[in-house]
Amino acid sequence: MIDFGLAPEQDALQQSARQFLAKECPPLLVRDCIPLDDGVPRGLYREMAALGWMGVLVPEAQGGLGLGAIELAVLCEELGRVAAPGPFLSTQLVIAALLRGGTAAQQRAWLPRLLAGEAFGALAYHEEGATHDAAGVQLRAARAGGGFVLSGEKPLVLDAPAADLLLVAARTRAGRGEDGVTLFAIERGHPGVHVKRHPCHDVTRRLGTVELRRARVGRDAVVGGEGRGGALLARLLDLACLGIAADSLGGAARTLEMALEYAKVREQFGRKIGSFQAIKHLLAEMVADVEPARSLVWHAAYTADRAVRERARAAAIAKAALSDVYSRTARRSVEIHGGIGFTWEFDLNLWFKRAHLGESLFGDPAWHRERLATIDGY
Amino acid sequence: MDLTDSPEDRAFRLKVRAWLKAHVPKRSEQDRSMESMDPRRIARAKAWQRTLYEAGYLAMGWPKEYGGQGADVMRQTIVNEEMVRARAPQIIGMMGIQMVGPTLITHGTEEQRRRYLPKILTAEEIWCQGYSEPGAGSDLASLKTRADLVGDHFVVNGQKIWTSNAQFADWMFCLVRTDPHAPKHRGISYLLIDMKSPGITVRPLVQMTGDPGFNEVFFEDVKVPRENLVGHLNDGWTVANATLFHERNMLSSTTRTQMLFDGLVRRARKTQRNGKPATADPVVRQRLAELAIQVETRRLEAYRQLTETLRGHPAGIAASVNKLTTCELNHQIGRAALEILGPRGWLQKSDPDAPDGGLWPIDFMFALGLIIGGGTAQVQKNIIAERGLGLPKEPRPA
Repeated sequence: MIDFGLAPEQDALQQSARQFLAKECPPLLVRDCIPLDDGVPRGLYREMAALGWMGVLVPEAQGGLGLGAIELAVLCEELGRVAAPGPFLSTQLVIAALLRGGTAAQQRAWLPRLLAGEAFGALAYHEEGATHDAAGVQLRAARAGGGFVLSGEKPLVLDAPAADLLLVAARTRAGRGEDGVTLFAIERGHPGVHVKRHPCHDVTRRLGTVELRRARVGRDAVVGGEGRGGALLARLLDLACLGIAADSLGGAARTLEMALEYAKVREQFGRKIGSFQAIKHLLAEMVADVEPARSLVWHAAYTADRAVRERARAAAIAKAALSDVYSRTARRSVEIHGGIGFTWEFDLNLWFKRAHLGESLFGDPAWHRERLATIDGY
Repeated sequence: MDLTDSPEDRAFRLKVRAWLKAHVPKRSEQDRSMESMDPRRIARAKAWQRTLYEAGYLAMGWPKEYGGQGADVMRQTIVNEEMVRARAPQIIGMMGIQMVGPTLITHGTEEQRRRYLPKILTAEEIWCQGYSEPGAGSDLASLKTRADLVGDHFVVNGQKIWTSNAQFADWMFCLVRTDPHAPKHRGISYLLIDMKSPGITVRPLVQMTGDPGFNEVFFEDVKVPRENLVGHLNDGWTVANATLFHERNMLSSTTRTQMLFDGLVRRARKTQRNGKPATADPVVRQRLAELAIQVETRRLEAYRQLTETLRGHPAGIAASVNKLTTCELNHQIGRAALEILGPRGWLQKSDPDAPDGGLWPIDFMFALGLIIGGGTAQVQKNIIAERGLGLPKEPRPA
């Protein structure tokens, strides 16, 4: 029986998240975070943790909500709708890694703090000029004594400035594919590990370059098995694509609503501008672009939980499509707003820049289209 | 969320698949393009529709008493998906099955349903749509073809245009003006007209494709029995809107889009470009993937809208979004194929060197026709913006 829609409790989660964030994460709060180095609205994250959001994927026995990718997507969509600052998605990726590949000791050490919204994570996988997959991981982790020594750089890691726990992908065996890739859980302040913050136009997010200078870690830092982290990384990247896609859906819907509201009140030539077909048709195209894209986000979430063989394809599709849709919609929204849309003071620019940075994170649309072409065997 | 077949649906799917494998005509006997007068082709298309009907795979959602299966939308979806998989030919009586049939089920009398529905299914009677006129395109309600009630007959005078299939259709569902003094939307009625009636002249118009696909239809004192009125006198606009809704859905069939796209991928694999297979070219790969994403969007949107229907939620503006996006997508799929093929793609069907039987330029151009027909893309955008988003209507000229 085909049932392709949110279940009543998923819909309720979405409605309550929307109400909560409208109240607790207004544009004023987003702007308050601009001067913060780590960009984390601590109070908001404590409340989100109290609602259980940080543990959405974590089994109830381990203190989480015991829900799945659909609920995660719902939360990311609502956070995207308000352009929420902070490392929600990155922390979810690290939690997912610990759940699937973490040792009991790693889970005990980190899950309670991550779930409480007191500690955050970031996934450091990508390297300068490399592909956005396990094959692109070339940073060396050489065996030394009972552990490893990591040297190299992970540039522009999402949420690294806020991360208490970095999940670093490195190569413990030479090679080009997934094989030989190992994930390491490394705490902030670990000797030889430095995070350099980069000011970014998207003020709702933080990027940091993770520099590893002969950083020594023990075997107990390995997540998911030595040399066997590639498959786990692929899974995390698909989850990241879902998260950004859902965030983009929420942001695109919000920028569309802003344009629509404006078109209904703004008058020129003695008429509401929304009565001109030039504006009307633009808005219709935006709706025809954004609304159907919801199905792609839902499908990527559904496959992550229920149809694993289709997961990578659905994630690539969702990331490619929603990145394009969000950037296009934000741009059109700015145009409909005219001069005011181009100002710093008017909030729309927060979403516009978030759209474009999101487009480039975890692989841009062209990368994911190429992935899709390969998966479909062209 | 659940996209898996139940065991019963799975069994049904396998049954349909086996049946199609045994019955779908060989490729050489098929023609993707419906727009042709060739009587042998029409006879073959009617035979295929009848075979489908007799097997119980046509108009599955119609009530059993009118020849349908009373099947749920899930079963209809399975049949549609399996038709794509089997590359089954198109159905010639689509305007009857998807447009006038559902309209009669909701707005017709019992006598009308019993008289017309069975023959729609068996392809014994093919229908065409008499809506557009030379002066009434996007502004359909300004139509002028008149029907005057004289005793127990209407007498119809006027002209319709862009009437697809009129050259071989047996019946027309037609909008006529029955009250010239009422405001334009309120003086229209919906009539069923026998195309063999004296006074009807059909003049083929050759389409851009070179095929005589649509027509002008002239009415000169054509007598139509009063019982051929559907709905109330002067209330035809309500009935017509029901049909237009069905038309938007018909034109946005995801089945056809999926088949076109599958054909594009097959074609790209077989075609050498700049010394290597087209599918090895990064630009072509990007293009195919972008189209694949849009095809996937249409497929999943159909599931989402199906779910909304099953949950009893109104469809809203989905039909207009579907029509707008699907027709454009079909056109873009054709365009991609033609670009991959180069000049060879533009060879006519009659040339044995034309790839895939010369159908790519036909499909490409035909899709452009459908961006215009059934309510232009611009009209759909007005509907989305005004009915869907609540934006103010265009001010009327003073």
